[in-house]
Amino acid sequence: MALLEIRNVVRRFASFTAVDGVSLSIEVGEFFTLLGPSGCGKTTLLRMIAGFDAPDEGDLLLDGQSLRGIPPEQRPIHTVFQSYALFPHLTVAENVAFPLRMAKVVPDEIRRRVQEALASVHLLEKQKHLPHELSGGQKQRVALARGLVNRPRLLLLDEPLGALDAKLREDMQMELINLQKTVGVTFIFVTHSQAEALALSHRIAVMNQGRVEQLDEPSRLYGFPRNRFVADFIGKINMLDATVTAVAADRLLLEVAGVGAVSAPLKAGVQSGQTGVFAVRPEQVQLLAEHADAPAAANEVRGRILDFLYIGDVTTYLVQLSDGTRLEALLPNSAPGRAKFFEAGDPVILRWSAEVGVFLHE
Amino acid sequence: MSKLAPATITRWVVSGPPTLFMLLFFLAPSLIMVLASFRYPGAFGGLAPVFGGGRPGEDTGLTLENYQFFFSDLLYTEIFLKSLLIALISTLACILMAYPLALLIARSPKRHRDLMVLLVILPFASNFLIRVYALMILLGPQQALASTINGVLAAFGCAPVSLLFSTFAVVVGMVYVHLPFMVLPLYTNLEKHDPTLLDAAQDLGASAWSRFWRVTFPLSLPGIFSGSALVFIPVLGMFAIPDLLGGTRDILIGNLIKDQFLGTRDWPFGSMLSIMLTVVVLALAGLAARLGQRKRDGGN
Ligand SMILES: Nc1ncnc2c1ncn2[C@@H]1O[C@H](COP(=O)(O)OP(=O)(O)OP(=O)(O)O)[C@@H](O)[C@H]1O
Ligand SMILES: [Mg+2]
Repeated sequence: MALLEIRNVVRRFASFTAVDGVSLSIEVGEFFTLLGPSGCGKTTLLRMIAGFDAPDEGDLLLDGQSLRGIPPEQRPIHTVFQSYALFPHLTVAENVAFPLRMAKVVPDEIRRRVQEALASVHLLEKQKHLPHELSGGQKQRVALARGLVNRPRLLLLDEPLGALDAKLREDMQMELINLQKTVGVTFIFVTHSQAEALALSHRIAVMNQGRVEQLDEPSRLYGFPRNRFVADFIGKINMLDATVTAVAADRLLLEVAGVGAVSAPLKAGVQSGQTGVFAVRPEQVQLLAEHADAPAAANEVRGRILDFLYIGDVTTYLVQLSDGTRLEALLPNSAPGRAKFFEAGDPVILRWSAEVGVFLHE
Repeated sequence: MSKLAPATITRWVVSGPPTLFMLLFFLAPSLIMVLASFRYPGAFGGLAPVFGGGRPGEDTGLTLENYQFFFSDLLYTEIFLKSLLIALISTLACILMAYPLALLIARSPKRHRDLMVLLVILPFASNFLIRVYALMILLGPQQALASTINGVLAAFGCAPVSLLFSTFAVVVGMVYVHLPFMVLPLYTNLEKHDPTLLDAAQDLGASAWSRFWRVTFPLSLPGIFSGSALVFIPVLGMFAIPDLLGGTRDILIGNLIKDQFLGTRDWPFGSMLSIMLTVVVLALAGLAARLGQRKRDGGN
C-alpha cells in the first residue's frame, strides 16, 4: 500500500483552479519531487497534504486512512518552509526540541534525540546559538533537523534550497540525499529547478497549471518526455515541426521541417500522417566539420555556425540551417586548453543516431 | 586644524537643536530640583537662599533634613508602597485588557487595522479631565452600575459599597486613561510577527494553546515591557485621578508632591519626594533590565 495517496484532488480559489484533479501515490522511503513553473499549484498541493488547506474535491489518504478533518498538528507530517520559519527566540537546540516537547517526550529522551539530530546535520557546536546568528545554509540544516527529529511519516520540503547561493545549493543537495537515505523518511520535495529535481529525486511529477503532465523517474523524464511542455521544461531541447510519414516495425519515419527525412524511435499510439514536433537534445546532436566528400547519412543536415556559448566544460553551438531553422548542439571541451572547435560562420554537418530524439504530438 | 567630514557636520547640525532643547528644559530643571531638595523652604514658600542671610526665622544653606524627615515618618514609605502597588495593579490590568485587543487588531485584515488603531486613540481627542468627570458620573452611587452591585450585595445580606471615592475607582480611572499606551506598543509588536512561525509551530504539533504560549507570547515580551513602562511610570506620578476618584485615604505620591508645591508650599520637601520617586523608578527599571538579561543568558 502506498504511504500517501492523492486521489483526484481539486482546489479552487474563486473561479481559478489552482490544483486540477491531481492523483499521485507516494511510496514509503521515496524521495518524491513536485516540479513545475511558478504558480502551477505546488505549494497549494503541499499545504493540503500538511493540513493547512483542504481539497474541494478528492481525498488524501495516509496509510489508507483519509486525512479529511485531521488538523496539521495531528498529522505525522512535517514541513520545511522556504523561509525556514525557525523560532527566533529559541536557540538551535530548543528549535529542534520543539516537536519533541509538543509530543510530550520525556526530557532525557529529548536531550538525546536533539543531540543525535544536530549531529546528523553537523551543527552540534551551534546548538546554543540563536537563529539570527546562523548562515542561510546552517538555518536550513536546523530546519531539516527540526522537521526530522520526531521521525514523521512524511517530510514536506517547499523549495528549501531556493534562498541559497549556487555552491551552497549543490552541497545541500548532497546532504539532503544522504540524510534522506540514512533516516529513511519519505520526502516530498517541491522545486521549480529541473536540475535540482533530476539530481535529487527517485520520481518526479512535472506539474503545469494545476495538473500533472508526467510522472516518471528522472532519466525517463529527461530521455522520454511525454509532451512538448515536459520536453521544454526539463533541460534544453531542439523542437522542429514534423509529420509522420510511416510507422515501421522498429522506427518512425518523419518528415522534419528544414531537415527532411528523419528516422526516430518508435512510440506507442503514433500513426502515420500525424503532425507534431521532433525533439532532440543538444548533446545528442553530433557536430562535424563539413567537407565535400563526406558521405550523406540518415538523420543528417548541413548548416552554418551562427553563434556559440562557452561555459567551461562544454560549448553550445547555435547552428542555422539553409531554410533559417536553428538547432543547438553541445560539444564537450575535454581537450585541454581548447575553448571551442568551430568559429561563427563555419559550415558544419549535424548528425544524430536513429535511437535518439522523440516525436511529440501533444 | 583638520577639516571636519561633511557627515560629522551634518550630524551636529541635525542633532544640535534637540540636544540644546533637552539640556535647557530637561537637564537644567532636573539639576535645579536636585539642588532644591538639599535646601530650606523660604518663609513665604519658594526656597531660602543658600548663601547670605535670609529673612527672620529662615534657615539658610544646604541640609539633609528633607531626606531625614522622609525616612523618619513611615507614612511616606507607606504612600510610596501603596502607589507602587496601585501602579502595578493598573499595569497588570492594562496588560490583561490590552493584549486581546492588540492581538485582535494585529490579526485583522490590513485594511481594517488603521481604523481600529484610530478608535483606540480616539479618547485622546477629548479633554482628559472631562473624561475623568464622566467616570465620576458613571461610578456615582445613584447610577446603574453602583445600584446593581449594591442590589446583589443586599441580596446576600452585605452592606452597600461605594464605587466612587475608592481605590477601586482610582484603578479604574488609571486603567481607562492609560490603556491606549499599552495597546499601541503591543499592537506594533504583534503586527510584525511572521505568520509562518505559527504555521510551523502547528505543523510541528503545537495546539492553539501552545502556539500562543510558546511562540506569540515570548515574541511579544518586548512590546509588553515598553507598554508597561508607558503605563507604570505615568500612573506613579498621576495626581488628578486620585484627587477626583479616590477617597481621603487614596493619597498617592503624585498627590503628595503636588501638595508640597501647591498646598504647603514646601518646595524642598516636594523636590526631595520627586527625586525619591525618580530613584525608585530607575531602580525598578534597572532591576527589570537585569532580570531580562539574566533570562536571556540563562535560557540556554
Ligand atoms: N489563498 C489563495 N487565494 C487565491 N489564489 C491562490 C491562493 N493560494 C494560491 N493561489 C493561486 O493558486 C496558484 C498556485 O499557487 P501556488 O502557490 O500553489 O503555486 P506554486 O506552484 O507553489 O508557485 P511558486 O513556485 O511560485 O511557489 C497561483 O496562481 C496562486 O495565485
Ligand atoms: Mg510555492
